[in-house]
Amino acid sequence: MDSLQYFAPTTLQEAVQLLETNSGCRIMAGGTDLIVQMHIGTASPPAIVDIKKIPELNKLQLSDSDLLLGPAVSGASITEQADIAAIYPGLVEAIDLIGSTQVQGRCSVGGNLCNASPAADTVPSLIVNNAVCEIHGASGVREVAAESFNLGPGKNCLSEGEILSLIRLPKPVPGSADAYLRFIPRTEMDIAVVGAAVSVTIGGDGVCSAARVAIGAVAPTALLVPEAAKALVGTDLNDQALENAGAAASQAASPISDKRGTAEYRIKVVGVLTRRAAAIAKQRALQN
Amino acid sequence: MATHVKTTINNEAVEFLCEPHESLSSVLRERLHLTGTKEGCTTGDCGACSVMLDDRLVCSCLVLGVETEGMSIDTVEGVAKADKLHPIQEKLLEHAALQCGICTPGIVVSAKALLEKKADPTEEEVRFWLAGNLCRCTGYDKIIRAVLDAASVLREEA
Ligand code: FES
Ligand code: FES
Repeated sequence: MDSLQYFAPTTLQEAVQLLETNSGCRIMAGGTDLIVQMHIGTASPPAIVDIKKIPELNKLQLSDSDLLLGPAVSGASITEQADIAAIYPGLVEAIDLIGSTQVQGRCSVGGNLCNASPAADTVPSLIVNNAVCEIHGASGVREVAAESFNLGPGKNCLSEGEILSLIRLPKPVPGSADAYLRFIPRTEMDIAVVGAAVSVTIGGDGVCSAARVAIGAVAPTALLVPEAAKALVGTDLNDQALENAGAAASQAASPISDKRGTAEYRIKVVGVLTRRAAAIAKQRALQN
Repeated sequence: MATHVKTTINNEAVEFLCEPHESLSSVLRERLHLTGTKEGCTTGDCGACSVMLDDRLVCSCLVLGVETEGMSIDTVEGVAKADKLHPIQEKLLEHAALQCGICTPGIVVSAKALLEKKADPTEEEVRFWLAGNLCRCTGYDKIIRAVLDAASVLREEA
């Protein structure tokens, strides 16, 4: 550990070069996962590339067409912006659930995504908001949809030398809204036993024209559930439709049993949370 | 390799040397002897190490010393002005809201950050804001009451 090297590049290009020349080095945004892993000894990288001093990766820009979210932006700097919460309430709820106030001062959505925990709170919300992840590497730029970014617990799609450079969320069309709910045994400072995010679009006729449902902590990665969305689209989001979406989410779940909950319990709860999150998204969408 | 870092701590220019793996909490305590900042867990769970980093509340155990180059850090040592305690400190004493005192510096820094953002928080807001500050002694009620009381003092002063 004493031989750890610390790099704080100020451009993306410099960061990519450092990643290329320092095999096994880790990218650090907020450090709220990496520094803990180093303290408890589950990570001992030879070098750290701190991306917080790269202006481009600290971008937080809401426009008429999208939200550009740099991977180094802290959770707190997003949750304190009312205009972002008004458009992506579910995503902001999810960010607000990560760790403590102190942790939110440092943690980033990009880090939450790259850390690839199946229970990461923001990932289902990124998925239902059609987030696209821009990845920079020595061979150029590529884009990956949020639902395809992670491959398994602790494993993301970045190859050695690649870096997540931007998360782009298209602006929802009028009549849309999202919501995120998670279940934990206490009210704060815990890791999701189950999470569920839903986004819906409701037309002037009251009929749901588009929906996305994503669930967390019930599979090796956060999961997009098209069958649950299908149960919502074409309905007026009545109780039966919400019930059906919940049943589809339970059906799609393949959780493990651990100290936080049994598989059976998680399968049941993910259905309930999906139904409730859909009801909240509906209420919000009717006002948009 | 030890790195030379220049910061501003409690409004004074401070330079120090540290190894890349050293946390800010350890730099503050071991190298700069600012031992008001406590370390309870070093994994971001207890909040005893709370400091302000560029005006943002963080756990200093989850910050590397080398990261703070050019940044400003405010610790509990900067909260009282000369021999006058901050209202939050006074109210914590008045309400007997500390026993062993290990959590107290973190609570002071964290509560101050809240009241600067929100002068009139509800009890629920105080409880949520301080959820990352664990206290193993007091059972929290006295801490919450002290913070709400300090908030009303600060509002009167304003
Ligand atoms: S010592 Fe930093 S949170 Fe416990
Ligand atoms: S007074 Fe002992 S931990 Fe709070």
